Amino acid sequence: MTTTQILNPTTGPTLGGPNGLAAHSHVGGRTVRTSGVASHLHPVASTDVADHPVPTSKSELWKFAPLRRLRGLHADAEFTVGALTATWDAVDGADVRVVSGAAGRALKGASDYLPTDRVTARLMEHNPDTLLIDVPADSTVAEPVVVTIDGADASIAEAAHILLRLGNHAAATVVLKEQGSATVAHLVEIMVGDGANLNLATIADWAADTVQLAHHHISVGRDAKVKHSLLTFGGDVVRTSVDVDYRGPGGDLEMLGLYFADAGQYLEHRIFIDHTAANCRSEVLYKGALQGERARTAWVGDVLIRATAEGTDSYEMNRNLLLTDGARADSVPNLEIETGEIIKAAHASATGRYDDDHLFYLQSRGITPEMAKRLVVRGFFHEVLHKVGISSVIEHISQTVERELAISGM
Amino acid sequence: MAKLEISDLHVSVITDDTSKEILRGVNLTIDAGETHAIMGPNGSGKSTLAYSLAGHPKYRVTSGTVLLDGTDVLSMTVDQRARAGLFLAMQYPVEIPGVTTSNFLRTAATAVRGQAPGVRQWLKEVKDEMESLQMDPDFAQRSVNEGFSGGEKKRHEILQMSLLKPKIAILDETDSGLDIDALRIVSEGVNRYKADSAAAGEAVGVLLITHYTRILRYIQPDFVHVFVAGQVAESGGSELAEELEADGYVRFTGQAVPA
Repeated sequence: MTTTQILNPTTGPTLGGPNGLAAHSHVGGRTVRTSGVASHLHPVASTDVADHPVPTSKSELWKFAPLRRLRGLHADAEFTVGALTATWDAVDGADVRVVSGAAGRALKGASDYLPTDRVTARLMEHNPDTLLIDVPADSTVAEPVVVTIDGADASIAEAAHILLRLGNHAAATVVLKEQGSATVAHLVEIMVGDGANLNLATIADWAADTVQLAHHHISVGRDAKVKHSLLTFGGDVVRTSVDVDYRGPGGDLEMLGLYFADAGQYLEHRIFIDHTAANCRSEVLYKGALQGERARTAWVGDVLIRATAEGTDSYEMNRNLLLTDGARADSVPNLEIETGEIIKAAHASATGRYDDDHLFYLQSRGITPEMAKRLVVRGFFHEVLHKVGISSVIEHISQTVERELAISGM
Repeated sequence: MAKLEISDLHVSVITDDTSKEILRGVNLTIDAGETHAIMGPNGSGKSTLAYSLAGHPKYRVTSGTVLLDGTDVLSMTVDQRARAGLFLAMQYPVEIPGVTTSNFLRTAATAVRGQAPGVRQWLKEVKDEMESLQMDPDFAQRSVNEGFSGGEKKRHEILQMSLLKPKIAILDETDSGLDIDALRIVSEGVNRYKADSAAAGEAVGVLLITHYTRILRYIQPDFVHVFVAGQVAESGGSELAEELEADGYVRFTGQAVPA
């Protein structure tokens, strides 16, 4: 069956791109990724910082973000080597180490990644140490690899690069825990080999003064299976972009996201899934809750199904639950389809308050209004959380949700 | 012993900015151990009565009183009414994603009983009741009502009644949409709770709201009330149900209404 759907025609395709950037090539550095398709979902990609002007609130990709609160990370805040630390326990089958200098530079963009924004281009130029997580081909890592990134100083701007490489037919579960105070740009490159199986969960549980601009790039190998979960709770401003491409047919990607914004907090997630290969799957489910004055979230999910991506099966869903007045959630699913020969391409987005009928049903069984709301929010998150499939993460996030609910006295 | 007294109850339904009177002076008293069937054509206000008694915010009581054992029900919140011993088995139970049935049942039982039931005893209680209602044990791990068939939802309502042990149970068209086997299972569940509660000295009073007479072959009513235009038009015994079975509501509405 073939279905195509564009639910958001108001933000529909604009040739040449809404930010005025058209695909181009340039001299020096690495070349621009030329897709041959003029796609509004697909900003210019280049390692040259000069190719990326400082974004303004008029830039399509930055129109939701509170630029004034970014401490210049998006512009020209100078990166210093500072207080950010990474710690991990050795796990059999996974090689985790820090690679510096020229060897580290060679690893920047190893996943065939070219920056699509200024902050990431600056990060690559700055060449921070690379935290390399290597799982060789054919090896299965039984225990989750847990890496904790800890910030200690939000007054300096820092950059961090993580490269996660799974060889062909390797299997691993990886948890990135981010915590502490920082002003930080992140690039996380994720290379999943042919037939490999990765389950990666990133927990952004930063302290209240942290500003983070993060970029994840997932390169899905032929017949590889990837589960990518982003669980964003802490921080003042946390903006994470995830770019996905498929190196061959048969790739299977599941993306899960949970976020909980409190008063004054800004959390943004941007997804771009580029279906280039045939018979690949992408399934995206993001859910967020907001509470308190000026709690803000933005979710943008872009899926591009190119003419070469016949047999694509794609679904994306974002739901937001507004727990109090004064909160605002933006949700923008975009879909561009260049072939009709697909299995499915659908998306959905819903933002709302508690369902009164849910609360009535629970209360009619003697459950207090506070407890009823608690059950509904827990249930709302549980639908995603149980799919994450890493018991330590599920437990950790369940506790975080309870802590969040306690803030509004539930 | 429990007694629910409804006196001159007037209720309006609130939709957007308008308000429409549905119940126009309902008088009804249900004593412990009694089963009252309320029958009436579509749109007569039967379900409004059920939801008003449970306290649904869509309905506004404009006058009248409802007393449970002499205590004012209308001033209670929805959850207080349930804890006071009122139970409404809903016609269209909602699905609540992500909330497991087992968690929901235990939370409700804890609220109504005032303390958390002991784990081992509770698990046995749930298992036994589910077996009696021929419910698959897997239900307990599924989200509340999510993906349940119509019959499964109704069994789940009766399961909740058995576990929450109300003084007064209002069954709102519990029979609608059930095939004959499901109707029998659900009816047996109601009769079992009637017998068990009577044996425990807390005989339940049942308000059975239905459009059809067939459930009355399984659940014997002590009283039958014909509900028309927001009022009880006539009350009688089970012979009244037999008349409705034969003649429909024409004598009460002045027009033929398909039964």
